Amino acid sequence: MKLAYWMYAGPAHIGTLRVASSFKNVHAIMHAPLGDDYFNVMRSMLERERNFTPVTTSVVDRNVLARGSQEKVVDNITRKDGEEHPDLIVLTPTCTSSILQEDLQNFVDRAQLDSQCDVMLADVNHYRVNELQAGDRTLQQIIEYYIKKARKQGDLDTTKTEQPSVNILGVSTLGFHNRHDCTELKRLMADLGITVNTVIPEGATVEQLKTLPKAWFNLVPYREMGPMAAQYLEAEFGTPSVDITPMGVVDTARCIRAIQGILNVQGAAVDYEDFIENQTLHVSQAAWFSRSIDCQNLTGKKAVVFGDNTHAAAMTKILVREMGIHVVLAGTYCKYDADWFRQEVSEYCDEVLISEDHGEIGDAIARIEPSAIFGTQMERHVGKRLNIPCGVIAAPIHIQDFPIGYRPFLGYEGTNQIADLVYNSFTLGMEDHLLEIFGGHDTKEVITKGISADSDLNWTKEAKTELNKVPGFVRGKVKRNTEKFARDRNISQISLEVMYAAKESVGA
Amino acid sequence: MTVAQDQPNALNFECETGNYHTFCPISCVSWLYQKIEDSFFLVIGTKTCGYFLQNAMGVMIFAEPRYAMAELEEADISAQLNDYEELKRLCEQIKRDRNPSVIVWIGTCTTEIIKMDMEGIAPKLEAEIGIPIVVARANGLDYAFTQGEDTVLAAMAQRCPTAAEVKTEDKEERNAIKKLLNFGRQKDEVSQTDSEYADHPPLVLFGSLPDPVVTNLTLELKKQGVQVSGWLPAKRYTELPVIEEGYYTCGVNPFLSRTATTLMRRRKTKLIGAPFPIGPDGTRAWIEKICSVFNIEPQGLEEREAKIWASLEDYLELVRGKSVFFMGDNLLEVSLARFLIRCGMTCPEIGIPYMDKRYQKAELDFLVQTCSEMGVPMPRIVEKPDNYNQLQRINDLQPDLVITGMAHANPLEARGINTKWSVEFTFAQIHGFTNARDILELATRPLRRNNNLKDLGWNKLVKETV
Repeated sequence: MKLAYWMYAGPAHIGTLRVASSFKNVHAIMHAPLGDDYFNVMRSMLERERNFTPVTTSVVDRNVLARGSQEKVVDNITRKDGEEHPDLIVLTPTCTSSILQEDLQNFVDRAQLDSQCDVMLADVNHYRVNELQAGDRTLQQIIEYYIKKARKQGDLDTTKTEQPSVNILGVSTLGFHNRHDCTELKRLMADLGITVNTVIPEGATVEQLKTLPKAWFNLVPYREMGPMAAQYLEAEFGTPSVDITPMGVVDTARCIRAIQGILNVQGAAVDYEDFIENQTLHVSQAAWFSRSIDCQNLTGKKAVVFGDNTHAAAMTKILVREMGIHVVLAGTYCKYDADWFRQEVSEYCDEVLISEDHGEIGDAIARIEPSAIFGTQMERHVGKRLNIPCGVIAAPIHIQDFPIGYRPFLGYEGTNQIADLVYNSFTLGMEDHLLEIFGGHDTKEVITKGISADSDLNWTKEAKTELNKVPGFVRGKVKRNTEKFARDRNISQISLEVMYAAKESVGA
Repeated sequence: MTVAQDQPNALNFECETGNYHTFCPISCVSWLYQKIEDSFFLVIGTKTCGYFLQNAMGVMIFAEPRYAMAELEEADISAQLNDYEELKRLCEQIKRDRNPSVIVWIGTCTTEIIKMDMEGIAPKLEAEIGIPIVVARANGLDYAFTQGEDTVLAAMAQRCPTAAEVKTEDKEERNAIKKLLNFGRQKDEVSQTDSEYADHPPLVLFGSLPDPVVTNLTLELKKQGVQVSGWLPAKRYTELPVIEEGYYTCGVNPFLSRTATTLMRRRKTKLIGAPFPIGPDGTRAWIEKICSVFNIEPQGLEEREAKIWASLEDYLELVRGKSVFFMGDNLLEVSLARFLIRCGMTCPEIGIPYMDKRYQKAELDFLVQTCSEMGVPMPRIVEKPDNYNQLQRINDLQPDLVITGMAHANPLEARGINTKWSVEFTFAQIHGFTNARDILELATRPLRRNNNLKDLGWNKLVKETV
């Protein structure tokens, strides 16, 4: 047993359902007790989804337990087949029902006899893998199923498309900014003259899966979902894949160059160097941000980065290489894939932390006292308590990760968004300057809160006027610092002199 | 359906035993940990349970000081580890870190399936670590959503002390409600006010309500000379009400049938079966029923109710003649439907996860009475509804308002059907005379939104039809 207050990655069935419900016209049946079916709530609420989530729970209750669930599960599969005519029904248990040790494959085989659609059991171990691993596995399983089916039916077309083409693997529902990333990647591919053969699984039909071998290469933007599918396709058809996350100016360029290499090996003659240079220097604002006076003030500032492998690794590199920020600690909760992470970030940061324990990360943040955190909702919460700003860069997902406006993290527009995120996460420019003048971030011994809240100290008219000249966004801090100074010295009346003395004292 | 047509004055019950969605009963942790201030809730379950509380209920990070998951891992499931030792390790850590007055173990589906002997382990461990451990099996195999609270209160009912068990010096501290109502007055004045109460056997109310509502209902009864000796649960575990054989008990929520049964069978109390104090009509009926049991002639209730209704007129205009469909989620459906029918609405269907016809009898009778007085057809009551079938019925009926769980709200809205989350009624303060306005505030919000946006023509936001 483990005492747990917080989970960075969800249970396995969430990963399976994310993949299944990303596909068009695929239905999932959850074999689970009442209350385990909150995936529908998450999808409907977080994605603000207009359609009914294609997941139905075959409810396990006391009666079902007593009688055995086969009949009910099989009935529900065949019923859904008749009601919605999906192409595929994926059956998944949850942590709870998986311990019943039923022969679910047999349920599926039985249901298949009476169903028009394909029926499949998502094959994951619910106690050994988490949401991310299960998602990766289910995606590979569905692809393999349809490749084999097509091969059997003899309609597997492995001839490559005439023009360079790509499969984008791993974009799914309830993924961190995945939809926006996908749009951005499609734009990028269009700019590079590459046809998008398929995007899997989001918005794809299972029918499209047999066309996967036609693509010249697979693009796997996320480390958490897609690598297994890409490995399978490489093993089966020799399709090469690019697994460099195009996040940040430098890695986007690296990703594009890797694509260029792969295409040229296959007989294309592409040269993306001009494109990269133009995007980097003139289109994306991120490189210019790095040179701007704003970013200059970031030099040497301390940051902590924590998240999933993809985003934490990419963010660490962006902060260090592209903005000159000192990443003291980079960490991930993807323990199962820790080696990769270490390899990616160890040359860019002082410490690497691999942990699923939010307390450990919280303690590390408290110890390091960075100027900013780039983490998950949990680190944002820790930051709030410690008064350290936090930019959210990774799942666990939250309603705020599904903005209505366009906010990709990948590609060149992604670089702009990240620059904004970084800029807004640090206190910068004018504000920074004023804070230094008036004594910095004194948040530990704040005695009164708010600008006019019940102060026991009197401000003279002149001092008040002077205080009002201080820009609004730092006025509260200046007031608090001055009052603290006065209180420490038993001064009850704050005059202009006291105010300046306070400023000098803090400056000294 | 035919039965209902033959007997227009009888309710028609069906059990669809379908595939339906409600929140997991372990969600009760999210409000009970706030209510019982010196408690610690330990949910013994899997990642699936934890992720639910974290992501769907959004509990975790805010509840951290008084709530945790005991996450069962592979070795626990395969019985390679000793449950007693594991729970002891966790509870000792909780004692060290938080030192609560009580640890509530919330059992889940998984502890049911692996047959963890929580009831056997708890007394031993309790003796060993010196903190009371209350065991509640809030699992989804047997219960839905709000019934989780029922399992916790039923377990706590067994822990309420008898008068003999309470030392005299504790007595004053224990009677927190009385103190609350006395607003810190001196003892002489207090004994004077005691005479405002009629002479009746002690009454204990059960159901977890926010403190202002507890005060409000206690005062409503005080106005009639009825003294509430305690509430289950109290603000603190150490202040659980004294319960003796022969005490009267009355519930404030429709989902507390196990607690009611436990109080009757185990603690030998007498249950007052009343409609629930939801809406001015329900509140009046609830008070009247309690008064009638104690032979008290209620004073001014009719006027009180009429006054509340008059004050609701601006909302009533919006709902009169409109229809409301309950998909079924929190077991408050019958009470809410009865109130909304009294407001002038019609209700074709009340979906409900579980229906205890005995515990809800007074409420069901009141529903029948309300329907006949308002001259509207009886709703069809569907237990364990099938959500897919319900969506077809909603599509046919096109009700003006659907009260539903969160999973169906956005898709229904996209199809031009107004919805309100049932969960909002679980968390809002809806009990008593004055809170009737809050129920209507919630129920009319989609209708008012429509009035504001009506000229835009944005009704159907999906291309295909349902």
